[in-house]
Amino acid sequence: MKKPRLASLLGGVCALCFSASALAQEIDHAKADAEFAKFRAEMEDNNPAELNEMKGEELWKAKRGPKNVSLAESCDLGLGLGKLEGAYVQMPRHFADADKVMDTERRIVWCMTEKQGFKFDDIAKKPFQGGNDANAPDITNLVMFVAGHSRNKPFAVNLKDPKVRDVFEIGKEVAKYRAGPYDFSCGTCHGSDGKRIRMQNLPNLSTKEGAAKAVMGWPAYRMTGGVALTMQWRMNDCFRQQRFPEPKYASDVITSLLTYMTASANGVVYGGPGIKR
Amino acid sequence: MTQKMILAALVASPFLAVTLPVHAEGDYNAKARALIKGDFKPRGQAAIDRVYEDALQAVCNRTNNNPSAENTKRLEADQLAQVKYPADGKLMGDWKKGERLAQSGRGFTWSDKASDPVGGNCYNCHQISPKETAYGTVGPSLMHYGKLRGNTAEIQKYTYDKIFNAKAYNACSDMPRFGHVEALKPDQIKDLVALLLDPESPVNK
Repeated sequence: MKKPRLASLLGGVCALCFSASALAQEIDHAKADAEFAKFRAEMEDNNPAELNEMKGEELWKAKRGPKNVSLAESCDLGLGLGKLEGAYVQMPRHFADADKVMDTERRIVWCMTEKQGFKFDDIAKKPFQGGNDANAPDITNLVMFVAGHSRNKPFAVNLKDPKVRDVFEIGKEVAKYRAGPYDFSCGTCHGSDGKRIRMQNLPNLSTKEGAAKAVMGWPAYRMTGGVALTMQWRMNDCFRQQRFPEPKYASDVITSLLTYMTASANGVVYGGPGIKR
Repeated sequence: MTQKMILAALVASPFLAVTLPVHAEGDYNAKARALIKGDFKPRGQAAIDRVYEDALQAVCNRTNNNPSAENTKRLEADQLAQVKYPADGKLMGDWKKGERLAQSGRGFTWSDKASDPVGGNCYNCHQISPKETAYGTVGPSLMHYGKLRGNTAEIQKYTYDKIFNAKAYNACSDMPRFGHVEALKPDQIKDLVALLLDPESPVNK
């Protein structure tokens, strides 16, 4: 695995700041977007998220927790104990042992609590890296590692499983639910094509293309704050901007949205952990 | 779930959130609502009651934002009746203050302090002054709004009402009800009306 070259990374970040503000004056939104896509493609060769993947690999293989077992020997992500290749793009899926449809992050949390003996509340207390935190939480590194093993594989959520289908349909409805002081739903911003908030393009989650844009590149290294974050965090931040309270960590409402979005992107090739503004 | 049942509850207590009957099994909309009610926790100023629908939201959520014509009329009239006007009766304020307010997208999230001023959020979704090129497109362009419509008393009232409560003219509009939820005060809404209608505002140049 290649180590990120931080100097070239920082150089790239500043180049973006300059070119982005110049482009803003031209009002050429499409061009600005293409510019960032190009920049991102270059950056992803040196994605700092690779460090998180490496840490995740160590965590996956180490005997840990009160029960002193490794996830590699005890955690089934749907393809058999310890099997990683393609597991991320096939989740959320239904797990018979938990009798639940679970997304990747939630499944790893389940393995950590059920197999390794960690306490859920300890993991849920601070599940995301903040701007002042030097390191990402273990769970983020583990998600990065698992996601890295689905790089260049198509999303393939099994909608033929009626239990997954149910959660998908619920997620579709969750995305339409309007409440809060501003009457916002996910769909207010992400329900039709070609919309923007300020300069930010908004993917339309009700289309395959839009859903793919939304799930692509997560988990991600986020340049704002220089932190590693998962799709769970991204859902949190959407609800924050929707002026909602905070979704409970690893809850059904998040799994339902991730099922709706990921399955809507079925067939699209996943690029692995990405880089975000 | 019929619209009649919701409307009955709505008419019985037009200003309160309504209690609605439980849906039958297999209704994904109802399952989604049940899930949402259990899967959130309060954070900062965002209390848990924010995930509960008010009467209008309840109707929009159950009709895919498309209530029957009759119910639309009743909802809009109900929202319009709750619009509050400035004490001095004037609906046009200072467009410069309006422009500053239109720029700010702050307010009401769990990371905003409840005591901090709330922004108009206008440029998040609308093109307004031609000088601001970083505008959103969720709502229609408002450039030349007053130039195209004039600023008669009727247009002033419509514009004020629309900002105070967008649902008074379009029951399930995407736009928030800024005055209705007390995000913006009547004086601030006057300034936004001026931004859109004052002939001196850059919007109309």
